[in-house]
Amino acid sequence: MFPRGGGSCRVGTVQFRVCFFARGRELAGCAEAVESMPPGSCVKELLGKLFRRFPRLVELRKSLRVAVGLDYQSGDCVLRDGDEVSILPPTQGG
Amino acid sequence: MQSELTLTREPIDEAAWLARRAMAREMGAAVCFSGVVRGTEGGEAIAAIEYEACERMARHQIELLFQRMEERWPVQSVRMAHRLGRVGAGETALWVEVIAPHRQEAFAACQFIIDEMKRAVPIWKKPLAVSKPPTFCL
Repeated sequence: MFPRGGGSCRVGTVQFRVCFFARGRELAGCAEAVESMPPGSCVKELLGKLFRRFPRLVELRKSLRVAVGLDYQSGDCVLRDGDEVSILPPTQGG
Repeated sequence: MQSELTLTREPIDEAAWLARRAMAREMGAAVCFSGVVRGTEGGEAIAAIEYEACERMARHQIELLFQRMEERWPVQSVRMAHRLGRVGAGETALWVEVIAPHRQEAFAACQFIIDEMKRAVPIWKKPLAVSKPPTFCL
């Protein structure tokens, strides 16, 4: 999960592991997925791809947060090959 | 500032945590908080709550909160234990202790850490009702 990047990409694509948790995992139907995208792709573009691949995730569209590695990131964060991306429903610790 | 963090699937032994308390001579306030699983959720009786975490990120985010707390208040130490997995109604899910020179900063820092936990730390809970299939809180 950490540090960021370090994967071995095919030419012309970057690849990342996507992890789903809690309600997000239930809606996606899986705990993990692998996605490939063109270099320079950002979190917002990945989310769009995930909503197409896992349409039930749209239920959480307005409340999802995204982490890359161990830190929250905004939609314009550019993804690197080998990143681990966590799709996080609203948190409720304590 | 000293800090201790435990994410555990075992019951939190509050007496054991308290027995290990160490206060410097300059410290005059120790605030403890126990977050206990209620026996109802949304008006329905529940048997337990299932806690799930993105563990490595949760640890990292809690450490960041400890750093922010240290920047704001003169805290000597903070200790935290958070349960994961199934926690029965009436059991402690979160235990926090903050030690500081005076009560104002000890209460404020403890309140801060608990509030920010809910906002920033990737932990989720699913009430386990006695009679209905479980669904995550949103």
